[in-house]
Amino acid sequence: MRDTPLSNCERRFLLKAIEEKKRLDGRQTYDYRNIKITFGTDYGCCIVELGRTRVLCQVSCELVPPKDSRPTEGIMFFNLELSPMASPAFEPNRQSELLVMLNRQLERCLRNSKCIDTESLCVVSGEKVWQIRVDVHVLNHDGNLMDAASIAAISALSHFRRPDVAIQGRDITVFSPEERDPIPLSIYHMPICVSFAFFLQGSYLLVDPCEQEERVKDGLLVIAMNKHREICSIQSSGGIMLLKDQVLRCSKIASVKVSEITELINKALENDKKIRKEGGKFGFAESMPKERITTLKREEAPVEMADVKETANEIVNRTETPTEVVSSPVLVAMGTAQVGEGIVNSWGLDEDEEDEPQTEDTKTDDVMVISDSEEEEVVILNEEAQKSTKLSKRK
Amino acid sequence: MAGLELLSDQGYRLDGRKATELRKVQARTSVFAQADGSAYLEQGNTKALAVVYGPHETRGSRSKSLHDRAVINCQFSMATFSTAERKRRPHGDRKSSEMSLHLKQTFEAAVLTELYPRSQIDIYVKILQADGGNYSACVNAATLALVDAGIPMRDYVCACTAGFVEDTPLADLCHAEESGGGTSLALALLPRSGNIALLQMDARLHQDHLDALIEAAMTACKGLSKVLDDVVRQHLEEVSVLTRD
Repeated sequence: MRDTPLSNCERRFLLKAIEEKKRLDGRQTYDYRNIKITFGTDYGCCIVELGRTRVLCQVSCELVPPKDSRPTEGIMFFNLELSPMASPAFEPNRQSELLVMLNRQLERCLRNSKCIDTESLCVVSGEKVWQIRVDVHVLNHDGNLMDAASIAAISALSHFRRPDVAIQGRDITVFSPEERDPIPLSIYHMPICVSFAFFLQGSYLLVDPCEQEERVKDGLLVIAMNKHREICSIQSSGGIMLLKDQVLRCSKIASVKVSEITELINKALENDKKIRKEGGKFGFAESMPKERITTLKREEAPVEMADVKETANEIVNRTETPTEVVSSPVLVAMGTAQVGEGIVNSWGLDEDEEDEPQTEDTKTDDVMVISDSEEEEVVILNEEAQKSTKLSKRK
Repeated sequence: MAGLELLSDQGYRLDGRKATELRKVQARTSVFAQADGSAYLEQGNTKALAVVYGPHETRGSRSKSLHDRAVINCQFSMATFSTAERKRRPHGDRKSSEMSLHLKQTFEAAVLTELYPRSQIDIYVKILQADGGNYSACVNAATLALVDAGIPMRDYVCACTAGFVEDTPLADLCHAEESGGGTSLALALLPRSGNIALLQMDARLHQDHLDALIEAAMTACKGLSKVLDDVVRQHLEEVSVLTRD
């Protein structure tokens, strides 16, 4: 099923709102939606909610032979899936442009920035290494999948624990979690993607675009950074023209956002750790709020009411003032012609009847008609109105 | 890092270039008879071939055509013999489909697509030998091919990579420099307006160095635009001499 296209009205409305620096959900230009991170009962499983965008990430591991080119390094594998569950526009088993872009960006953000120590994942050099598989599933699509996916992936990786192994001679023993405590991955830094959407040929910019905003965007700039203000990847897309200053400005905004989000992830991780230690209840089922109906629920959004009264009055006033006065038909002197307008039909009319519209004309104020005729000029003005009409009658 | 010294104390790189020096660029246009436009470009040891067809009627399903502008269709492929290890799939894997997507986006920004509603422009690019800077070689070759096909563009699109070693930005990375795991930035620029059509960066770089790196890549792109312009002018001269009679 193809996505329902956005109507021109909606498009114009959204763009107008962006021009006026207003967003549908009452956010400011650089505001993120509410981010909520919940961890599952298993290690390495988390759901990230970014507004109504919802992404599930699961990390798993297995022992595999390493790549020939890198015999002492573990393997990181990333896979992001867009299931038709998330949006009617997503088709199963299709490599759409969006999917390719998201997958590659996730890979470049997390693998190429070397945020995870892959050498510590080596068990026996050249024979056995850990392969860490990161599966990201999009559960609901309400824009900005990239940021949600990157937050989910890095939180799940930090939460994940792999089984401990022991090597004795040629034997490799993998211990179950009951025998030995599983080991967390060593993570050097946490890269997080921040998306900037550009509108109207790059003159307006929004952070964390929602689905509707994404539809009217011209282009996207994704910057991945960590809290040490290091840029891990930059990707522009969508055929927009950027200027260097814009990129630098975006990187500054990104660094602020990233430090906020990193703090949030750390807090969520700590929270989960504490609850597990205390033996409290954890997992998705526990962290879901106990509400029956979830689909019809709407978050409260602040609506700007500051100058509503004034603007409303203004609009009312504007509509009351008559729109441009369309000059009512003016009869010019007999026998004269007007280019373009044509002469008024006088067939089958008595002279008295013919005069009527003319007298009406003289009543309307501020009407000045200059006829195009070469023979004479009939000027209808307030004072001379009567005279001129008489003149024209005589003729 | 494999212990390679990317920048010597004297300020020379692995292949003997200075930090801001580009590799030798050689190019020819109109290398194919069938295509509307074509170009062959060598940037150091990276060799790229680009072919342009169009603008023509939209192929395949009608629903793909746009009512207000032309669709740009790009296909990137790498010859099986282009890399040290023989490639199994010349195109269709994640990396090449990403590259096709990037090329498409770059040229959507640069070509005046609104002049050809309901039509399609095909750009096929093939890397014959890969030695770093594949994306930039492809963009430069495709620009020449588009000029050769007579498709109106806002400006030349010039692309170049840049790296960052020991506080020095390096322009136009070769394969050894690129695979070292250091920072690499690919940038496609419209030199006259200074607009960036595509920007892509990998690996870690501190925010404060970003400005210098982008500046280095932009300078390199401006240098490339002169070379491309010369190639086009020289080709035109040759053609005008041949067709004078």
